[in-house]
Amino acid sequence: MTTPAIEVTGLAKRYGSVQALDGVDLTVRQGEFFALLGPNGAGKTTLISVLAGLARPDAGTAKVMGFDVVRDYREARRALGVVPQELVFDPFFTVRETLRFQSGYFGLRHNDDWIDEVIERLDLTPKANANMRSLSGGMKRRVLVAQALVHKPPVIILDEPTAGVDVELRQGLWQFVSGLNAAGHTIVLTTHYLEEAETLCARVAMLKQGRVVALDTTANLLAGVAGLRLKLKVSPDRMPPALAERATRQDDGSYLLPLARSAEIADVVVALRANGAEVTDLSILEPDLEEAFVSIMGRR
Amino acid sequence: MTGFRTLLYKELLRFWKVSFQTIAAPILTALLYLLVFSHVLESHVQVYPGVPYTAFLIPGLAMMSLLQNAFANTSSSLIQSKITGNIIFILLPPLSYAEFYWAYIIAAIVRGMAVGAGVFAVTLVTVSVPLPNPFWALAFGLVGGGILGALGLIAGIRADKFDQLAAFQNFIVMPLTFLSGVFYSIHSLPPFWQAVSHLNPIFYMIDGFRYAFFGVSDKPPLLSLAIVSGCFAALSFASLQMIRRGHKLRN
Ligand SMILES: Nc1ncnc2c1ncn2[C@@H]1O[C@H](COP(=O)(O)OP(=O)(O)OP(=O)(O)O)[C@@H](O)[C@H]1O
Ligand SMILES: [Mg+2]
Repeated sequence: MTTPAIEVTGLAKRYGSVQALDGVDLTVRQGEFFALLGPNGAGKTTLISVLAGLARPDAGTAKVMGFDVVRDYREARRALGVVPQELVFDPFFTVRETLRFQSGYFGLRHNDDWIDEVIERLDLTPKANANMRSLSGGMKRRVLVAQALVHKPPVIILDEPTAGVDVELRQGLWQFVSGLNAAGHTIVLTTHYLEEAETLCARVAMLKQGRVVALDTTANLLAGVAGLRLKLKVSPDRMPPALAERATRQDDGSYLLPLARSAEIADVVVALRANGAEVTDLSILEPDLEEAFVSIMGRR
Repeated sequence: MTGFRTLLYKELLRFWKVSFQTIAAPILTALLYLLVFSHVLESHVQVYPGVPYTAFLIPGLAMMSLLQNAFANTSSSLIQSKITGNIIFILLPPLSYAEFYWAYIIAAIVRGMAVGAGVFAVTLVTVSVPLPNPFWALAFGLVGGGILGALGLIAGIRADKFDQLAAFQNFIVMPLTFLSGVFYSIHSLPPFWQAVSHLNPIFYMIDGFRYAFFGVSDKPPLLSLAIVSGCFAALSFASLQMIRRGHKLRN
């Protein structure tokens, strides 16, 4: 078996009275596109901080590409690129200086070709010589992404990279990151936009109060929630008995009806008509990660 | 080594980009001290026989500026990085503890030396001060700058807010520098305060530094150099331990 990109065992971390991580076990294989999800305060950033060596674990071990983040910290950090959640920058320097410094800190001297390419790919070329202070929030975010990539790390962790970022950059960013993944980089991503995780990530871990409460492929998680459903309102507000026993009444006066196939919609409408009722509002609900998330987080 | 060199270069560039504040301003401050004190005391005080008070004062002032600016460089750089959060840019890369430490310390020494040399150069216009033993000046400048740089590093890492840093500066660094014999020889003090002054490492820096100029000092320069080097070694050891443990940096 090849070395896992990330291997975390029994990881615990407490801040004062908050148990930010409470025995986390997690393995991410090389080449995966992995999502780390969870509500605010679940411990995602704390987990990333431990992996990056920014926080010391109280118990357990964390390895990046087989290197222990405490004992072999230099190798572990060389293998990892982190895009932090907070929008931080050094106001003394320009974009290019910032990237050159970051590259130098990683021990790389003649790295301008790659720096130029990253600047180009992230659409930062017009701002390359601008002072960091003068950039907009989204631009600063791009520089943070670029900084995480200067040393071409095999493992890249992005902590909410799309918070406060416009649609265009978001799409561009995902295209870029998907390209990196296709080129063999392992990508770990946290986000509160679950549709992003659903489309991009093949596997998902969900954290809640410092524990892993779900760890599975995206497909399995979706299969675990209710399938295709029809949401509809009828007038006059009555259902034929055959449908009524399958449907659940919602607070807003609509009905939710599980479907086996989308073609079943026609049968439903016909049955309602036969019962003297018209459909006034109709929408189809497909299973999504958000539902899986809500149902998993709601448990216990 | 590239990591260390980059961090050192970044630290140098950081103060160089604002050299008006970080070099020119402290030189002006030192000149103001010189003007005021020499005007008031020139005809009343002679510390070493044959040495005018203004000439006596200049090396002390240059050294005091050197020390204060070495402290300011590490402490302000670290507290700013911590407060703005960009400290993570140097915490994420595989920089070793020693690379981290020495990059900050050397940058602090360079800034201190630049200010100290600036004070000396500017005062040279009005008063000529001999420098028969430049080796001693260099040695005390280096070690003194290193000590204050290390103190600044410790203060910058420990402080969570600017006012904590200001307290460290105002209640520890300033009294130690002012009471180190910059403006007087400690022989003019009552015995008790002389004894207290001997516990102040900055006293030895100023005294040894002044030896380079006048060939006279309160203590033999070699003894002073041994004492300040010992202090620097101890502070370096403590700082390296602190960075290794990640105290206040990796919580
Ligand atoms: N430096 C710290 N000091 C004290 N408490 C902390 C610190 N960092 C995190 N915590 C606490 O640890 C818990 C986990 O925080 P963490 O930042 O890991 O959550 P998260 O999953 O990243 O949340 P979000 O989605 O809001 O980013 C929270 O209760 C937080 O308040
Ligand atoms: Mg977070």
